Amino acid sequence: MARRTSLPVRVGADLVGILVFLACVFPVYWMVSRSFLPRNRIKGEDPVFVPTGGTLDNYRRVFSDGSFTDALVTSLTVTLLTVAVALLFAFLAAVAVSRFRFRGRRTFILTLLVIQMIPAEALFISQYKMLDGMGLLNSVIGLTIVYVASVLPFTVWTLRGFVDGVPRELEEAAMMDGCSRTQAFFKVTLPLLAPGLVATGVFGFIQAWNEFTLAVVVMTDQSKETLPVWLVAFTDSRSRGVDWGAIMASSTLITIPVIIFFLVVQRRMVSGITAGAVKG
Amino acid sequence: MARGSARRSSLPLGLVLPASLALGLALGYPLVRQVVLSLQEFGLAQQFGQAPEWIGLGNYRELLGNGELWPVVLRTVAFCFVNAGLTFAIGLGLALLMTRMSKVTRVLTQCGLLLAWAMPVVAAMTVWQFLFDTEYGVVNWLLTALGGDFDGHSWLLDPWSFFFVATLVVVWMSVPFVAFTLYAALTQVPEDVVEAAQIDGAGARQRFVHVVLPSIRPVLLVVVLLQVIWDLRVFTQIYTLQKAGGVSKDTNLLGTYVYTLGIKGGDFGMAAAAAMFMLLLTVVLTAPYVRMMLRQEREA
Repeated sequence: MARRTSLPVRVGADLVGILVFLACVFPVYWMVSRSFLPRNRIKGEDPVFVPTGGTLDNYRRVFSDGSFTDALVTSLTVTLLTVAVALLFAFLAAVAVSRFRFRGRRTFILTLLVIQMIPAEALFISQYKMLDGMGLLNSVIGLTIVYVASVLPFTVWTLRGFVDGVPRELEEAAMMDGCSRTQAFFKVTLPLLAPGLVATGVFGFIQAWNEFTLAVVVMTDQSKETLPVWLVAFTDSRSRGVDWGAIMASSTLITIPVIIFFLVVQRRMVSGITAGAVKG
Repeated sequence: MARGSARRSSLPLGLVLPASLALGLALGYPLVRQVVLSLQEFGLAQQFGQAPEWIGLGNYRELLGNGELWPVVLRTVAFCFVNAGLTFAIGLGLALLMTRMSKVTRVLTQCGLLLAWAMPVVAAMTVWQFLFDTEYGVVNWLLTALGGDFDGHSWLLDPWSFFFVATLVVVWMSVPFVAFTLYAALTQVPEDVVEAAQIDGAGARQRFVHVVLPSIRPVLLVVVLLQVIWDLRVFTQIYTLQKAGGVSKDTNLLGTYVYTLGIKGGDFGMAAAAAMFMLLLTVVLTAPYVRMMLRQEREA
């Protein structure tokens, strides 16, 4: 659709584009810039639009009572565990679905499709009851169990696409050269899948890192909060007077890893989400 | 693949076993449990060890009878349609405009969209709360500077303005995905076909309706349905705005309603029944999508 565009249309489109850019960037800019402003300038009569000079006081207050660090450790543990388990399970399933025809294959695929439609919000009550019965409320393992299930369908989808993308002929050629089937898979196919595994792992990381609903349901104990739950509780502690500087500083800290990972996978992001949905 | 099936190997079944077990444990079992729970009296007494009592459709009857559920369901559906509609309209408009922008502006726009998309939902919520803060919010400052009377205005106390803020955040976060996906689809529209239509005398509107639209139809469909699913289950935004001092009467959507009944109120039987309504709503609204995918899978 790269046709010639008349000048007025282009100027109009450019103007809208710039407005959209500003609307998208302003909240992020506000978050980061406020995180470096001292309290009295955040609460000044007029907002400071272009701040000069800054302070790390807000960040110091975030780390002051250790609860942020606790939540950070919990978040990292749950997220990495989720990604590791989901990647392993999804990888095995993706290989099965892509490389074999077997009884129950279609049922498995269709089940994945349907599961993707079920909102977490419609099941958390019974998931809560289940984890309660297993003594796994407020436990990293408990949260990981429900997280793995919620990222698995998408992970299997995406990985299946990557496995499909490695030509079977390569494996067969290796087998002609004397490799066993297993050897051929590990020596030829697996290395070619590495980028796919990384991309899929990053999707899972972002999802688990950002997840709020299940975390707030499962981790009710204050010492077990993940970062998103901690942030909402921190914002809510009105009794101390809202410390917007520290809230913006912690929000910035939570956002940074996601932005970095997003840049890594952004090209696959669009095609990934819709491919799983369109292709089936 | 002939080899695998010829051997009738149990290998593929073994490969899907871990994933199936994980899904069965964390989703399958709770689903069954939820149906059972919704048919039981399961309140505080049961939490403390009393055996749950079977009451058949009692929870459902009470939910429908006490007049609380219907407003929540209606609100959820309305919120979903308004948000999905706005997101789709803005996203499509933006995608079209992106095909007309100069390269520099397009890259700039895409950078902005990417940033908004990447923002974790809770971080976005705190920032927007700050922007709309009663005392230190830049929105109140700006509106006052423009001559309005917004000094100390509280945005979250009135359900309408509460949902205005919620919609603003949800749309802000959702537009990037729609815009990127539709832009990618638009760049795939074969140029010669569009040009041929132009030579045949089709105006811009005709070219859009008869050439461009049909060729991006599959993607459009998926985007709309994903958006509906996502906006049906909005929880975090409502939860955090309610926590931030917003009214919680009249602002519950199904997700927060179930949470309030069950996790907060301890009435798990009622909460499970309400959650079943959410499942039902999801099934009804996504049935066309699922049917479409089933058809594709059968053809594949």
